[in-house]
Amino acid sequence: MNTRDKNLVGVYVWELPVRIFHWINALCIVVLCVTGFLIGDPLAIMSGNEAYFSYWFGVVRMIHFITAFAFLFNFAFRIYWGFAGNKYAGWKNFIPYRKAQWKELFEVLQVDIMMIKKKPVESIGHNAMASFIYFALFWAFALQCLTGFGLYAQMSKSFLPHLFVWVVPLFGGDLMVRYIHHILMWFFILFALVHVYLVFYHDYIERRGVTSSIIGGWKFIEEDVLAEDDAKEKKGEAI
Amino acid sequence: MNKEKLSVYEECLKKGVSRRDFLKFCTAMTAMMGLESTGVAQVVEALEKKSRLPVIWLHFQECTCCSESFVRTSHPILATLLFDQISLDYDETLMAASGEQAEKSMHDTMEKYKGEYILMVEGAIPTGNEAYCCIGGRSAKQIAEEAAANAKAVIAWGNCAVSGCVQAAHPNPTGAKPAKKIIKNKPIINVQGCPPIAEVMAGVVVHLLTFGTIPQLDSLGRPKAFYSRRVHDTCYRRANFDAGLFVQSFDDENAKKGYCLYKIGCRGPSTYNACGIIKWNEGVSYPIQSGHPCLGCSEEGFWDNSPFYKRKPALNAFGIEATADQIGLALGAATAVGIAAHAVATNIRKKDLIENEVE
Repeated sequence: MNTRDKNLVGVYVWELPVRIFHWINALCIVVLCVTGFLIGDPLAIMSGNEAYFSYWFGVVRMIHFITAFAFLFNFAFRIYWGFAGNKYAGWKNFIPYRKAQWKELFEVLQVDIMMIKKKPVESIGHNAMASFIYFALFWAFALQCLTGFGLYAQMSKSFLPHLFVWVVPLFGGDLMVRYIHHILMWFFILFALVHVYLVFYHDYIERRGVTSSIIGGWKFIEEDVLAEDDAKEKKGEAI
Repeated sequence: MNKEKLSVYEECLKKGVSRRDFLKFCTAMTAMMGLESTGVAQVVEALEKKSRLPVIWLHFQECTCCSESFVRTSHPILATLLFDQISLDYDETLMAASGEQAEKSMHDTMEKYKGEYILMVEGAIPTGNEAYCCIGGRSAKQIAEEAAANAKAVIAWGNCAVSGCVQAAHPNPTGAKPAKKIIKNKPIINVQGCPPIAEVMAGVVVHLLTFGTIPQLDSLGRPKAFYSRRVHDTCYRRANFDAGLFVQSFDDENAKKGYCLYKIGCRGPSTYNACGIIKWNEGVSYPIQSGHPCLGCSEEGFWDNSPFYKRKPALNAFGIEATADQIGLALGAATAVGIAAHAVATNIRKKDLIENEVE
């Protein structure tokens, strides 16, 4: 029988709201990208029918808009949870305002990306690099919501989209806003690729159960790492 | 100087326009401006009583298509209105006077009607080197600034004056700028389009005459009555859009059937104008009705959103013309290769960690 030589302790890292946010968000992004692609470049349908008999493109757009609302509220909830949630979900993780975060960021670059250093990075929640990328991602979320709802505002009479009417004039017109919205979609696609790969990578080399942690919420952390983290927290140094 | 006291209506009578035609014109204008039916009386009363509106019409970097559009309006009264009645005190293209006389005419108007005259600007203003557009020994910028100083309001005609149009398109060799970037502290009515629809131009002038105020403007300074709806939302082909019936190329069966032009680059969904309702040439047609996609000529920077016949704007990145999707796909492929390389490297470099187990 093969076993690991370290004692692991279960740590409840991702609370239920964080997990629900993650999966709603993932689903929304997939739906928004697929419908967004279709809206940008609709399928070629040669049809002899009168327009009266079908509405498929209208439905695609409706799914895009409804999902956009879900995405927006889900995102707003996550911002709230950055203040209400546990220390792994807190906003302090994401904004790189401390020296320790930048130090860890470069460590991750050396250890996990360039692989020129061997010492493992011992963070329990997100490592500093991941947090930094999520921080950028949150800005992309915000910009995508602004441009999307800005474009939508003209079509809507309701209150919420009308909060975004100022976006289009800011960029000079719909054309530019649509363009930004389209380019940002590629950022989400590239992010998803790298994100999924890195989850597999960390699970493969660290064996802390990072993949399943976003389903069950638990990670398995080495006893000594956890003890060190606790000690740091008592001194008020933890990230 | 008796002529100046004549009202618009009296002027029309003198030109041989009947009362009936005058009322028809007022009704059409009221409808065009989106006023309620009682507004007709207001328009009639105003045009019966109010006399000339002093106007200085400046031409800078432009092709005069705005003026051309205006003179081709379907209502003969409009021509009267503009050329005799609102009385262009200065217009390089249309005035009889030239040279020093013309310059004098402009200065006379600026003195005599200080704070009353309307400044109409057609064309963009070069700022890179002001010498690119000089009239009477002075640059466009100087003239615009001087004329605007004592104007009651400014009307920017067309895409050139509103957002620079083709002169301001990349790489903008003359540093062309729209009126709003040069003229500050004056209300500016941006009448967008390349050119604007004649009836829209007339509607704005009649509004000024009738109410003496600038019309309600949207967030980009365009009159709401004409620019609050997208060409897409007033398009008679819209049902085909929602049904997903698209023209694939100009010569296919779908084009013949009059399907939506979205896939061949129609800018209707991002263009605010009244083409679908007022149309052109006495309501005969408009580009989409003639089977041509909207170019978005009433939007800022529409020249830079080429190619016109594709949905996707091209990026001039790294000297190669490509769409955002092509670049996105290339980055996606590069990421995939990077991931594969990283995965292989992981198995080599992190061997100790991976095999860190005991029997």
